[in-house]
Amino acid sequence: MLCVPLLAATMASEAPAHDASAASFTSLLFVFLLATFIGLGVVTRVSRLLHTPLMSLTNAISAIAVVGSIAIAGEDHPPLVTLLGAIALAASMTNIVSGFLITDRMLRMFKRPGADKRP
Amino acid sequence: MSFWLIEAAYLVASALFVLSLHWMNDPKTARNGVLAGVVAMALAILGSFLNPGIVNWGWIAGAVAVGCLIGAPLSWVPLTAVPQRTAVSHAFGGLAAGLVGTAKFYLWQDAPVNLTAFRTFAIVAEVILGFLTFTGSLMAAGKLQELPWIPQRPVTYPLQNLTNLGLLGVAVACGIAIVFQPVGLAYLFPVIVALALAFGVLLIIPIGGADMPTVISLLNSYAGLSAVAMGFVLDNKLLVIAGALDGSSGLILSIIMCRAMNRSFSNVLFGAFGQVQHKAGAVETRTAKKETPEGAAQVLEMASQVVIVPGYGMAVAQAQQRVRELYDELTRRKIEVKFAIHPVAGRMPGHMNVLLAEADIPYDKLIEMDDINPELPQTDVVLVIGANDVVNPAARHDKTSPIFGMPIIDADKARMCLAIKRSMNPGFAGIENELYFAERTYMLFGDAKAVVGDLVKQLQTTS
Repeated sequence: MLCVPLLAATMASEAPAHDASAASFTSLLFVFLLATFIGLGVVTRVSRLLHTPLMSLTNAISAIAVVGSIAIAGEDHPPLVTLLGAIALAASMTNIVSGFLITDRMLRMFKRPGADKRP
Repeated sequence: MSFWLIEAAYLVASALFVLSLHWMNDPKTARNGVLAGVVAMALAILGSFLNPGIVNWGWIAGAVAVGCLIGAPLSWVPLTAVPQRTAVSHAFGGLAAGLVGTAKFYLWQDAPVNLTAFRTFAIVAEVILGFLTFTGSLMAAGKLQELPWIPQRPVTYPLQNLTNLGLLGVAVACGIAIVFQPVGLAYLFPVIVALALAFGVLLIIPIGGADMPTVISLLNSYAGLSAVAMGFVLDNKLLVIAGALDGSSGLILSIIMCRAMNRSFSNVLFGAFGQVQHKAGAVETRTAKKETPEGAAQVLEMASQVVIVPGYGMAVAQAQQRVRELYDELTRRKIEVKFAIHPVAGRMPGHMNVLLAEADIPYDKLIEMDDINPELPQTDVVLVIGANDVVNPAARHDKTSPIFGMPIIDADKARMCLAIKRSMNPGFAGIENELYFAERTYMLFGDAKAVVGDLVKQLQTTS
């Protein structure tokens, strides 16, 4: 299953990385399409027990916006733009930290059957 | 050199994000999923730091520190508050996307060659999705937190859907105009931002509490899609992949929630469900049968299989620990105890499972609705704690009921049903429950925590 995003990424990397041309845009569309199908396939198999942790985990994953925020906040731009980037970065970091921590906290509560006796 | 390192880091991160979700398919491997996610995110962040253009390290350190300081306490909230936390998290995700899109748009005003039609289109999509997710999620969080200045009941007014769609239409029209004239019409950009912010608020105002699980899932999807749009703006595959994973996850959860309530997306968003349903004249004076904790404890003791149907009322009364004690007392007597979990039990997808797991109920006793229903006719006692609409048989046959067609847990088919309820007032959605008047149903009136506590005490004295 993993070969699909890898394939998609390889396909996409043939376009120049800094080019906003139509070619790179369409290759991103392919990546988007394939990643969506993988997402649908993977998520339908997620245990129904874990839908709440799933949502907090995807919260943290979609905080991948941190990548864009770092670029805006970190590059040499006018102060106002840097401020926007810094706010975006703080918001993304909040999601990363709280998302992963609370997911793990919830998952630790799911005790294996049999090992359920409290100490 | 750094280009290849960054690409390699992003490539591995993409793979780990997929694995992270894959491992969530079983509670045994789920924590590996978190680990994979953390490693992937660390790789993505380190990869971004390798970008030679990064100079403002002070700003970055400051923002990261602020994020950690807000994020850590947000992860310690009680589990009943997890839906609010999730909504706030969607809001932050939307905000980040909206701000990055805005910053990019104004940066590229000086280098309009970057503002190709595709890119401008992506920026517009990112900003609209981001900002409407921001305000919409804050509204949802406010409703879930039951803030006094945000109305809980749906707020409706004439031509509401027309107004909302009109606003969105104007925003989209401005966006299309900007795609053709990204510099000349740049003054329209703040209009788009303002309309998206307003649309987010107006979208959530007419939605009632019972629909919050669907709305949260939908906003989850929007937050993911805004990250995808950011990926298109920044020409970044990792953003597109991670955003698409989040978007599809939100989509699936919303579909599950909609199915569990037998509603369509448009009905949730534009139907203003949860309004008080006035059925004048149809007030029957039916009486429900009462049972005492002593009697109920005896009934439970004689059973060989007991199914507990928990609802959000159990969590409101903070009765989970008492329920756990009841579970212990019954299993000690070799009585088989299972929990019947309706998909919309609680306030977000899967909420009830987490609440019961916190009370140390083993997860193999938490049974989905579709798996438990065939067992219920052979079940001796069903104990309903704080659930209401999800056990209302009217959903099966009463075509005039607002919940008609909703799949329910067949509590009425068990040999006997005990229902714990504070009073005979109708529940969250304001619908009378036929189950309480059924022949084999006996009511235990009182606070869920107190009643279950009484049951436990009765069982302890007889053992």
